[in-house]
Amino acid sequence: MASENRPDPDALLRAAAQEGRGRLKVFLGAAPGVGKTWEMLSDGSQRKRAGVDVVVGIVETHGRTETEALTQGHEIVPRRKIDYQGRQLTEMDIDAVLERRPQLVLVDELAHTNAPESRHPKRYQDVEELLDAGIDVYSTINIQHIESLNDIVASFTHVRVRETVPDRILENAEIEVVDIPPDELIERLKQGKVYVPHEATRALTHFFSKSNLSALRELALRRAAQAVDAQMLDYVRQHALAGNWAGGDRVVVAVSELPGADRLVRAGKRLADALHAPWTVVHVETPRDRLFDEEDRKRLADALNLANQLGGMVASVPAASVVGGLKSYAQEVRATQLIVGKSARSRWFEFRHGSVVDRLVRESSEIAIHVLPVGSDALRKTHSQTRSSWSWGTRSAYGSTLLMVATVTVAASALFHILNLGNVALLYLLPVMVSSSLFGLRPGLFAGILSSLAYNFFFLPPTGTLSVNNPENVISIVVLLGVAFVTSQFASRVRDQAELAGSSARQNAALAGFLRQLTATGNDEELMQVICAEIARLFGVRTALLVPSIDGPLLRAATPPENSLDAIEMAAAQWAMDKNQPTGRGSDTLTASDWLFYPMRTASKVVAVIGLARDDGGDPIRSDQIPLLMSLLDQAALVLERMQLEDEMRDIAQLKERDRLRAALLSSVSHDLRTPLTSILGVAQELRTVASPAMVETLEGEAQRLNRFVANLLDMARVEAGVIKLKLEPVDLTDAVASAVHDTRKSLAGHDIILNVPPNFPLVRVDVQLFHHCLINLLDNAGRYADPGSPITVMAERNMGELVLSILDEGPGLPPGRERDVFETFIRIEGSDRSKGGTGLGLAIVKGFAEAMGLSVDAANRGDPRGARFNIRFPEALLVREPDQEQIE
Amino acid sequence: MSTLARVLIVDDEPHIRRLLKTTLARASYDIVEAETAREALERLSETKPDVVLLDLGLPDRDGLELVPIIKKQTTATLLVVSARDATDQKVAALDLGADDYVTKPFDSEELLARVRTALRHRMHVQGAQSSIVAGDVEIDLVNRRVLKGGNDVHLTPKEFGIVAELAKFPGRVITHQQLLSAVWPNDYERHIEYLRVVIRNIRQKIETDVSRPAIIVNELGIGYRLRGNES
Repeated sequence: MASENRPDPDALLRAAAQEGRGRLKVFLGAAPGVGKTWEMLSDGSQRKRAGVDVVVGIVETHGRTETEALTQGHEIVPRRKIDYQGRQLTEMDIDAVLERRPQLVLVDELAHTNAPESRHPKRYQDVEELLDAGIDVYSTINIQHIESLNDIVASFTHVRVRETVPDRILENAEIEVVDIPPDELIERLKQGKVYVPHEATRALTHFFSKSNLSALRELALRRAAQAVDAQMLDYVRQHALAGNWAGGDRVVVAVSELPGADRLVRAGKRLADALHAPWTVVHVETPRDRLFDEEDRKRLADALNLANQLGGMVASVPAASVVGGLKSYAQEVRATQLIVGKSARSRWFEFRHGSVVDRLVRESSEIAIHVLPVGSDALRKTHSQTRSSWSWGTRSAYGSTLLMVATVTVAASALFHILNLGNVALLYLLPVMVSSSLFGLRPGLFAGILSSLAYNFFFLPPTGTLSVNNPENVISIVVLLGVAFVTSQFASRVRDQAELAGSSARQNAALAGFLRQLTATGNDEELMQVICAEIARLFGVRTALLVPSIDGPLLRAATPPENSLDAIEMAAAQWAMDKNQPTGRGSDTLTASDWLFYPMRTASKVVAVIGLARDDGGDPIRSDQIPLLMSLLDQAALVLERMQLEDEMRDIAQLKERDRLRAALLSSVSHDLRTPLTSILGVAQELRTVASPAMVETLEGEAQRLNRFVANLLDMARVEAGVIKLKLEPVDLTDAVASAVHDTRKSLAGHDIILNVPPNFPLVRVDVQLFHHCLINLLDNAGRYADPGSPITVMAERNMGELVLSILDEGPGLPPGRERDVFETFIRIEGSDRSKGGTGLGLAIVKGFAEAMGLSVDAANRGDPRGARFNIRFPEALLVREPDQEQIE
Repeated sequence: MSTLARVLIVDDEPHIRRLLKTTLARASYDIVEAETAREALERLSETKPDVVLLDLGLPDRDGLELVPIIKKQTTATLLVVSARDATDQKVAALDLGADDYVTKPFDSEELLARVRTALRHRMHVQGAQSSIVAGDVEIDLVNRRVLKGGNDVHLTPKEFGIVAELAKFPGRVITHQQLLSAVWPNDYERHIEYLRVVIRNIRQKIETDVSRPAIIVNELGIGYRLRGNES
């Protein structure tokens, strides 16, 4: 296939996003005390010696003298002091670093949690901001702080750290492992060379055991190897090298509300990374979900959000049973790897409900199933699937039941003379079945007990008492109760099924209706309104939609209409846009905002963010609504992107057409005007031999002038049409000036040209053609206005931070106060004789071209001798550093 | 000149053709004309011209495409005569094998000088010149020496490399790219600033007035030309 070797657009996009961004290098250690900070500082010193502008953002030396000594050579940005509840805390001053704008900043302890009221809760977020600002960052981290490895480390060290850094931070970073053998580290620990926070001393002996350290070390090395792998893979995809990387795998992680779902998600991420496969976290919504309490919901939402954050997809599948739903979903997405948790449920529970895992293994043979233990929390209540039918029922249910039993009793007494005893028992089945199918188990049992009591009291001999003579009649009572139990079970299951189908249908209907509404809109204005209105209606919230623009997020639609949002909401929207993650109330970032912003993204970019808020100020969205919201936003993002693309395509097509016409017009005008001029000039030259020399000279001179006007006219048209394409390259001013003087020799005839451009001045980076036109016009102008026979000087000088090239004439000069105006189009300054023979275009072209190249021009009057001086100024950035003689040879 | 040199003029404008014809006839060349690319290729094989003057804006085909075809079919020297002021067109033509270029409107004296130079290169094509004189400077390609006013000038290897490259075809423009790949064959990037600096150093050693170079002259955005005494 032709497309096989085409670069993967996603990989190219990632690379493009990296450009202009600072680069992150992380010094990764297996444990505290391996010397990460020391390594970072000495690397930093090395870069500094190599001429890089390095500062220390924050470094904890923990009083170690070797480390302290290394910081001495660095410029340290003073820390920001924060008073928090009477304590003085210090943090890195991110604004000071941004203002200082070094090329490289050293930031210790990437996983650090900032003091409250800092801009970002986490230091890695500070680092991201620095990277975004184009500053390179060196930082340090221990292996157990990496999000996806957190569980593994905790599983063998039994020490769990709370401060974690998401894996995506490390994905584009260069990773250097700082490694020392475990024995050496233990030795250093014994010598007191390792800083350990006071509260951790208890766990210390265990943590620093040799086996732990070896395992940690292996983990660190493996993670670094994986980073290299991922970067390599990206490279391969970008360049579409025909390589063989694992293909076709797809990881699906099934999560439930049980504790430990987050571990499953992290395991999924690790497996997906190892296989380089896409991965999805799925939650199967069974009727049982209705019984979740707030804690369950939160755990589930956290797991889904974590998946989102780690880069996985999220799905929610309504189904009657976990196994069925999971199986059909796995087939649908062609999963090859399935990760499920096995909960520590009682044997009794498994006996009654069967193990999900066993059934999955039995029923799906194509998929590799990974089973991880979860829900080790032994005290956790184990919901039975049938709990719903245990509900107590309402008071009216019992009332109705009582009424039914009473009615049956009255009817049976009335008919007793034609019925036998067994038929009366059958009659009592009626209220039991009706009650249990309508109201559930408990009212059903109530009906059963009531019926059997009534049956016993009124009909079973001896009547009028509650004693039973005949054992057969005991069976009747048991049957009544049994029927109540069984019926209520079936009835509740049927009710559940119906409700499930309803909920699934509602979701599908919501999605379908949403899509229908979206596709019915004609322009993006309308589309955004519809998105806001529909989301607001479906979730009962206020909504606002913002799109990215050069000036930050732009509010485009809201329900109910809003004119503007507060600064903090705008900041949250911006954050959601930039970081592509939920931001604001109920998320991890900028939680002070009343709104929660979700990015609306497609494969390539964030097209908009949508804000949700509740009037009562509560969390805008319930966890069980997240999957539906995600699907809706995905759909909306796609439609929005398509509409934006269509608009862009239309604009581009129009622009292209206009540019094409313009370019065609210019080149044809250029050709058409010059061809006759060429003939006229040529003929004039030929005529010299036959006609009167004076006449021929006039003819030639005028034709030359016409040629110059035409050139200027065309140049001006190019400037104003904006079709100038710059081709900057290093140019020797000597060459540029010599060429310009050569080309204007005819109009400068009679003037001495004094060249004073030192040959050792730096080369300048300009577009040769445009610069040539600038010089020609300035020289031409000087030639036209200088006193006859006076010299014209071209000189270059170095001033502070710039190089100035000046053209000086001797003559009437410029009218005082009008020095600026001379560069305006069609201004030929009156009041002096500076109006002869020009179109007034020449100097405007000089200005247009110069500014297009980043140069500036100005004009002034000279004192002695009188005359005008025109300056072209080259800023330092356009001067080319002289290459070494060594490099050249 | 023993035989009359033959010049093929390819241009779709009759006025320009007539002008070129008058100018060249004055210097007694034998003239052949062509109006289109097709006609040009026919005339080329029929008349075997020594010099071709080629306009790039032809009605039936882009003149740039014609450059390699003409160079392949004949040994004629190819001069591009074009109104296009975009330097990249000229550079493209030169890099495709054109020997020189003249921009419209042209100075007839300059045009004649270019044609003369072109013809001289044709004659020298078998045994290249071993020594070139430019002003008071003599470049000895065989002994790899440069003399100014009879005194030895010390040039670094790169400096001599550039001078030698220019001196192989005195009077003809050599593009930046040609110079860079001849002297820095292993540099993948176009280090044009190296070239500029080396040229500047050479000029300080051989030019009489460095701010008005007379021996190594710059062709704006295209390359350099060594102006020998004969050119």
